[in-house]
Amino acid sequence: MAPVVKILDIHKIYDSGEVPVHAVRGVSLEIHRGEFLALMGSSGSGKSTLMNMLGALDRPTKGEYFLDGTDVSKLDKNDLADIRNQKLGFVFQGFNLLSRTTALENVELPLLYGKKRMSSKAMKERAMHCLDIVGLSKRSDHMPNQLSGGQQQRVAIARALVNEPQVLLADEPTGNLDSKTSIEVMGVFQKLNEQGITIVMVTHELDIAHYCKRDLILRDGVVVRDELVKDRSIAERELQRLAEAEAKAKLIGGPIPTV
Amino acid sequence: MMRFYVTILMALRALRRNTMRSILTALGMIIGVGAVIAMVSIGNGAKAQVQSAIAGLGDNLIIVSPASLNTGGVRGGAGTGVTLVPADADAIVADLQEGNKRVMSVSPYIGGGGMQVLANGLNWRPQVLGVGPDWPDIRSWRVTEGTFFSEEDVKTAAKVAVIGKTTADTLFPEGGAVGQMVRIGNIPFKVIGMMDTKGFNNNQDQDDVLFLPYTSHMKRVSRRTSLNSIYVKARNEDVVDRVKSDLTDLLTQRRNGAVDFQVQDQAEIAAARTAATDTMTYLLGAIAGVSLLVGGIGIMNIMLVSVTERTREIGIRLALGAHGKDVLTQFLIEAILLSSLGGIMGVALGIGGSQLAGHYKGWAVEPSTTAMVIAVVFSSFVGVFFGFYPARKAAAMDPIEALRYE
Repeated sequence: MAPVVKILDIHKIYDSGEVPVHAVRGVSLEIHRGEFLALMGSSGSGKSTLMNMLGALDRPTKGEYFLDGTDVSKLDKNDLADIRNQKLGFVFQGFNLLSRTTALENVELPLLYGKKRMSSKAMKERAMHCLDIVGLSKRSDHMPNQLSGGQQQRVAIARALVNEPQVLLADEPTGNLDSKTSIEVMGVFQKLNEQGITIVMVTHELDIAHYCKRDLILRDGVVVRDELVKDRSIAERELQRLAEAEAKAKLIGGPIPTV
Repeated sequence: MMRFYVTILMALRALRRNTMRSILTALGMIIGVGAVIAMVSIGNGAKAQVQSAIAGLGDNLIIVSPASLNTGGVRGGAGTGVTLVPADADAIVADLQEGNKRVMSVSPYIGGGGMQVLANGLNWRPQVLGVGPDWPDIRSWRVTEGTFFSEEDVKTAAKVAVIGKTTADTLFPEGGAVGQMVRIGNIPFKVIGMMDTKGFNNNQDQDDVLFLPYTSHMKRVSRRTSLNSIYVKARNEDVVDRVKSDLTDLLTQRRNGAVDFQVQDQAEIAAARTAATDTMTYLLGAIAGVSLLVGGIGIMNIMLVSVTERTREIGIRLALGAHGKDVLTQFLIEAILLSSLGGIMGVALGIGGSQLAGHYKGWAVEPSTTAMVIAVVFSSFVGVFFGFYPARKAAAMDPIEALRYE
């Protein structure tokens, strides 16, 4: 089967400062349907730049990028916007929900910019379905500031899913979340992945990367390691273990943990 | 089209999110448009009043008045000369009324201004005017009681008077003015008739008046030899222009070629009088227009702030697939909504304000539909004009940069 994402010797050079910055120096990559890829690397490793190019937010200086068979590297601004809308789903570190806009309306947003005509009823149904997938259908009329961080991120995931993308791109999706909520969010990703959705995720946390299937490490703009994850963490199991540990702590009745 | 409809919804939602700010921004437009509408209404009212006053003078009326009295470099303005005499009026009667029959009636006119009139143990200061016996016919003004004075009264400079309704009511509160005596200075005049109510004209009560035969006015009261003007009524509308040229010819001939008088028909008088109110209307409209401009700048300012403030939102929209055009439309529509809603409310304010002024100040007010339509259209245009730059700024943003904006 043809890969969903195929990158051939991609480069990105930033020319704004005095010295041109060579952020990505020739990365080639194939991602197949159903993969769950973690993109790791320290700051300045070029992972964000690569992510922006994968997300069709930025064009490579050199190289080719085929997304679902289309050569994205040659498209203009509006076509890129359509690609982002139709083929990609974004989840950001800072959630990036529209404030003072309900969860449902946030999820509907990509549909508004879609090429297909949809009745507002159909949009609402689709958005509601996606909220249901992430388990937030009961909170559809809540504003982002009435939701916890984990819930906000789940709304963002629902928004990313609403146009049935080929690839779900997540940029440090757990960066703003505590460890337990992070595991919950990873659980959502794992569940989606099991249903066949391709996910690419940037993270710098090793334990988070452990929930993925494939681990790609970038350094100075090149891939230095690309391997399958061994002993993969399963969110469901981790959460259960966490719950047991908590229960045990209460059972023994030690010092009350300060919160 | 779906996208457009949604864009309007989003713009409305954005405006509602900042209700207070939206109202304050629109206030600039509300006041600007309101001022324009109110000024135009008041100006139009004044104009309509002048026009109806002139129309109320009577049909097919032509007024002959002396030209400006110029002393050295000072030009006194129309009607200040002293060149018109009763003999001119007689010549007009002889030539045009009895001669070629194009003129129905002629009346000399002396506007004496206010004079103290005593009667019935009371006193009052009405306008004391000197006119001829054809005056009621020329002005289409009926005598309700008694009679108007006759040709004979004019010839003999009789001590008779015809009283206006207001003057009669003031001097003779119990009624029965006709038949009574009134005094101007030491001279007694017998009231032989009372005029019908004519109402106000140019904020002046036309019924607060006392008519004397013009000869009596000249000889006994004002002791002057010249007339203020001569009122001429043409036989019908078609001959008005003809009569005007006849009058000019006749009077020029009588003066051996000197043209020290002017002949105006109602249309010309109306034009001359409304020219002043027109100028006022334009001036007030222009001043009000400046406030519209200021309102537009206010909108631009707020839209620029709004674009900067919502950089992240713009970034999100672009990242999720909005085209630059979508963002442009969204912000442009916000600006247009602000300005045109402001414009519509401004029209309401303008109508309300001018009605209030009309009610409390007694000004004639006439709202102009044209002005309203123009104001609303113009205010939307202000939105387009002043909203375009901020909207384009928003649309040109780079999604990566915008998402990174704190």
